[in-house]
Amino acid sequence: MTATLEPEASIDADVATPEFEAAREQQKRRQGLFMALPAYLYLFVFFVIPLVIVIVYSFATRTRFGTELSGWNIDSYRRLGDPLVRDILLRSTTLAVITTLICLLLAYPFAYYMSTRSEKTRNLMLVFVMIPFWTNFLVRNYAWRVILGSDGPYSRLSEAIGFGEGRLLFTNVAVILGLVYGFLPFMILPLYAAIERIDGRLLEASRDLYASGFQSFRHVLLPLSMPGVVAGSILVFVPSLGAYVTPAILGGAKTTLLGSYIVTQFLSARDWPFGAALSFVLMAVMLTSTIVYFRKGGRTL
Amino acid sequence: MTAAVDIKGVTKRFDDVYAVDDIDLSIADGEFFAMLGPSGCGKTTTLRMIAGLEFPTMGSLKIFGEEVGTLPPNKRPVNTVFQNYALFPHMSVLDNVSFGLRMNKVDKTTAAKKAHELIELVQLSGMEKRRPSQLSGGQQQRVALARALVNEPKVLLLDEPLGALDLKLRQEMQGELKSLQRELGVSFVFVTHDQEEALTMADRIAVMHNGKLLQVGTPEDIYERPANRFVADFIGQTNLLDAVVEDDDMIILENGTRLMAPNPLPPGTKVAMSLRPEAVDIGPRGTVPAEHQKTSLEGVVESMTYLGHALDYTVKIGWIDLEVRADAVHAEQRFQPGDEVAVWWDRTSDWVVAD
Amino acid sequence: MSGITEPRSTTKRVLQANIWLVYLFFYAPILVLVIYSFSDSRNVGAWGGFTLDWYRDFGDSSAAKGALSNSLKIAVVSTIVAVVLGTISALALERFTFRGKQVFDALLYLPIIIPDVTMAVMLLLFFSEAANIFGFSKGFATITLSHIAFSISFVSIVVRARLAGMDDKLEEAAVDLYATKWQAFRHVTLPLIMPGIIGGALLAFTLSLDDVVITEFVTGPGWTTLPVYVFGLIRKGVTPLINAISVVMLVASMGLVALSLLTDRARGESAEIE
Repeated sequence: MTATLEPEASIDADVATPEFEAAREQQKRRQGLFMALPAYLYLFVFFVIPLVIVIVYSFATRTRFGTELSGWNIDSYRRLGDPLVRDILLRSTTLAVITTLICLLLAYPFAYYMSTRSEKTRNLMLVFVMIPFWTNFLVRNYAWRVILGSDGPYSRLSEAIGFGEGRLLFTNVAVILGLVYGFLPFMILPLYAAIERIDGRLLEASRDLYASGFQSFRHVLLPLSMPGVVAGSILVFVPSLGAYVTPAILGGAKTTLLGSYIVTQFLSARDWPFGAALSFVLMAVMLTSTIVYFRKGGRTL
Repeated sequence: MTAAVDIKGVTKRFDDVYAVDDIDLSIADGEFFAMLGPSGCGKTTTLRMIAGLEFPTMGSLKIFGEEVGTLPPNKRPVNTVFQNYALFPHMSVLDNVSFGLRMNKVDKTTAAKKAHELIELVQLSGMEKRRPSQLSGGQQQRVALARALVNEPKVLLLDEPLGALDLKLRQEMQGELKSLQRELGVSFVFVTHDQEEALTMADRIAVMHNGKLLQVGTPEDIYERPANRFVADFIGQTNLLDAVVEDDDMIILENGTRLMAPNPLPPGTKVAMSLRPEAVDIGPRGTVPAEHQKTSLEGVVESMTYLGHALDYTVKIGWIDLEVRADAVHAEQRFQPGDEVAVWWDRTSDWVVAD
Repeated sequence: MSGITEPRSTTKRVLQANIWLVYLFFYAPILVLVIYSFSDSRNVGAWGGFTLDWYRDFGDSSAAKGALSNSLKIAVVSTIVAVVLGTISALALERFTFRGKQVFDALLYLPIIIPDVTMAVMLLLFFSEAANIFGFSKGFATITLSHIAFSISFVSIVVRARLAGMDDKLEEAAVDLYATKWQAFRHVTLPLIMPGIIGGALLAFTLSLDDVVITEFVTGPGWTTLPVYVFGLIRKGVTPLINAISVVMLVASMGLVALSLLTDRARGESAEIE
């Protein structure tokens, strides 16, 4: 590393000249590139190339023995229109949208209230949001399996209240519950970051200018916190759409989602071209939403 | 005698922008030198080039006769007091001050001894173990000074050293900096956008604008004999009256009024006459003293602002407003808006600048 | 900047209720899980008196211990590599300009936002193609390489945020005070970004320990990690052993959070002057 940080190399000049300056500039650029190169190459080999392979595979042919990398076609993409596949896509999107909305509904007032607190309280509240954020996702989903399982706390509680043995496990509701539980911190954190940045005097000014509480939320707070809303929504929507662990633990046979469906193509159906095409769709959704976000002036996720 | 800093034909270009455009500048040993100008004028870039933090696009840059234009900062015998100080937040005051010595491989005991001396010089004894965050702004500024001076630089560079302090502390530090500089006898080159600071502290001032060096001179030169319209306008408050040169002695204002204003410019040159508000006297019409007949104008008072020690009048002279500052205590008469008045001045206090 | 002022009372009560609801939602399931892991009953959802049997089972299960040891080995190696690569790339992006910088910057974000299923598919296909060409078997290397691929980005972004918050005049001050570029890095930059590097490392370590999907896709014989092992158990059915293992994983996560909070505090202190 010593070498990379030592720019005083072989440029010999006494009096400054444009050539010297350009050489220094170039040397600095080269040094920057040199430092970025290891990570750059790593991501090229283990991210970009795999990405290209997925795209290539999605146009390949499936044979009885596996995948034939010839006879290129768009059959895999045509199959996206099949009723079965359409159902899965539709259900996944619906579930992801519902999850995102619930997260938004819980997280927005949470983040807003948090930003009205003193700095000390705020930091404490933040810590207690960070803990689930850092906690193993699998374990957190599993906890719901225990709660919702037959004879578990949930069924006992619902019997005690007199709702009978309301069964949630292996339903869409359980999946949504698991997804919200898993991704809520991803919504709270960007929302909080966005709302906390807002100058409180703006809200006061709007109230001074005759806005009602709701109007000042609608016309001042919401627009100003929009980057947080969008960032949080992307961070919840995209992984929900591609969720695999949650439906596997909490969902049932009838709740196949896009993520699980993709996994099936690879681990059991061995229909790699179709699986690749589905992955590509998921990726396209992710890329589009992110690009739209950055175009609209969002800075970081 | 060899100049402490000698800059010849130095230009710095960032892409297509000339941050510094072909300047020549010579700073003497032991001089307190100010570089003054609005933000973006190139003064900081010039300072950074002397420090080695930027390399000139071209030109020669010598420190005590040695060409340093292409040397990195750690090979130059100069040190910098940075804007906002740039103290290392993770080091104690002592470690901050001895940093340069340690990097120069001075042995530990000597380094500590010298650092303590400097800490004493800037009156921070007893604070060696503190972190910068535990110091006040003024104390941080002293640490920054000690940290630079401990290396015995041949030239000390200061980038807006007082900018972060409040007014009172700033005035106090101005005096201290000045006496410190006299005591050490080292050249101080400091950058500021505050013209008052430059006028009170510097032996000489360089005024920069748009990358160009407009004027170098003593505070008196700069204030009383500005080289051009920009300098006249930037330093202090002034009235600028557009005119054309008639001959060595006279100029003609836009409305045809002839005024006495000695100047070396050829007849017909477009000029501006700079007239400081405090150099102008005001009185009722017809009371202009005889010797000021050719350096007077007539007008109507438009407004008056009371400043306590002074009265500021805006006097409308036909096509232009003239600012006049009268002494509140000695004024024989006070005027109200609408009063018809005459203004006059000494023939030595107007100054003609070429456009 | 003045903070946002407090809302009025009714609104306030609703907001407060929401806060408690969210926290209850976050922590009740975790608590339930912890409690049941001490329950002396084969039935996961029922309380049958206090026992440590399930933890003992975990200790006795060579499969579980093997998986834990695999997880740790992979997490340690992938964290080290990701921290080195991520930190250097953060320095390059924050302190230098170079050709292709914007592309690199965008590329770094992708592994963070891409769904893990997609990344898993990508790496599965990649390693099967590579195995066809170079002939290796999947296992430690493929898992570790995959974990590094998503961890670099997280480390780089955390370190870069720290670098961006650091006044770059400090580095200039160091070279002005006769430090070489390397000394400036060693004595000024590195200590100041250390909390960021540690934070990034903890994040990378956690992500590696948590990953199920990608690991499941690129693993080979003998290289089951703890989450993959647990996931397999869960799919077969719920057992009290899973509760115990889950709680152990939970405690490990909490430990890492605590560590990251401590470095965060250090970060806050040394950042005061900025």
